[in-house]
Amino acid sequence: MDWFAQLGNKTLSGLAGLGRASSLLFSALVARPQPVKMFPLLMKQLYVVGVQSLLIVIVSGAFIGMVLALQAYTVLVDYGAEESLGPMVALSLLRELGPVVTALLFAGRAGSALTAEIGLMKATEQLSSLEMMAVDPMRRVIAPRLWAGLISMPLLALIFSAVGILGGQVVGVDWLGVDAGSYWSVMQSAVEFNKDVLNGVIKSIVFAFVVTWIAVFKGYDCIPTSEGMGQATTQTVVYSSLAVLGLDFVLTALMFGN
Amino acid sequence: MTSRKTEIMVGLFVSLAVAALLILALKVANAGITGNGETYELKAKFDNIGGLKVRSPIKLGGVVIGRVGKISLDNENYTPVVTLEISAEYKGFPETTSVSILTSGLLGEQYVGLQPGFSIDGVEPLEPGDYIPDTKSALVLEDLIGQFLFNRD
Repeated sequence: MDWFAQLGNKTLSGLAGLGRASSLLFSALVARPQPVKMFPLLMKQLYVVGVQSLLIVIVSGAFIGMVLALQAYTVLVDYGAEESLGPMVALSLLRELGPVVTALLFAGRAGSALTAEIGLMKATEQLSSLEMMAVDPMRRVIAPRLWAGLISMPLLALIFSAVGILGGQVVGVDWLGVDAGSYWSVMQSAVEFNKDVLNGVIKSIVFAFVVTWIAVFKGYDCIPTSEGMGQATTQTVVYSSLAVLGLDFVLTALMFGN
Repeated sequence: MTSRKTEIMVGLFVSLAVAALLILALKVANAGITGNGETYELKAKFDNIGGLKVRSPIKLGGVVIGRVGKISLDNENYTPVVTLEISAEYKGFPETTSVSILTSGLLGEQYVGLQPGFSIDGVEPLEPGDYIPDTKSALVLEDLIGQFLFNRD
């Protein structure tokens, strides 16, 4: 009996959490938007969430592109097919690694910071004082952060892929000696803009949505103690990484499955 | 109000992303880059170009001397016409030069191989825009297998 009660309790609290998360999303994004008032707040959050994640995204993009080229070359050269290095690097970056690794980095770099910030606002009762001053914390605090995450992550993923392909060129062409024309021309004939680039962008929009939503909700919903905040930050990173990897499989199966 | 520095940084961030999208759209997905350096054009008609692509390399004795510029179809007798963009350093090939479409390795990419001919009195050098008369088409593996099977009995 106890076991059933526990299971029921878990299910109910899970559903309640989902409900709270949805109502947060609805009231922050859909209900009564104020684009003009929100713009300066959004600008600040774009800076915090987007610009400050640029460095880690560019550095990891470059190194992942370089490693991909190096590993692919050692296999391809056995078959005399090192000209296929271009499409190998470009397709894996555009379709998978660009969106996924950017989302994971974003969850670690920006998502955890969002959770901690909002959680601390809650713990120090800043959110309640905003309400006391008749300022809606949904619109003042939550909405700009959600939008900033949604906007900046697809942009970061694009930068990641472009930097990765250039990094692959540095290793493949300048170091290992694949012909530069072949690198680009075989890539160009293999990559389709609609199929590969746009699907990658769609993926990163979905990931941006999920990661930012989880981060903001975990912060808003955290237990307002130092322990609760630590827990919420950890949960943000763990949950959003798992959600990204799981969703990536589903999206890949839908987009490139057959 | 947001500070001016924040706005500038966000602006830079967005333009960087747009530049990345442009690179992906123009350089990765479609043709759009031109090689560096001066080039001149030669043309060649083939019966079959196999898997030759725009920007495939043109090699002479293994040295890359240019790139395939354009591939089109001659409307009169339906033969493919390949425009070869050859670096201006390498000029004055005799008109006895032959050009063939070769494959690097068994399954590799196809490229254009140039074989310079003899030059004696009365043999003119090729001028930019000329057609190279002596061409050998791409080797299509399926045709070869078909011929082999057909000739066996």
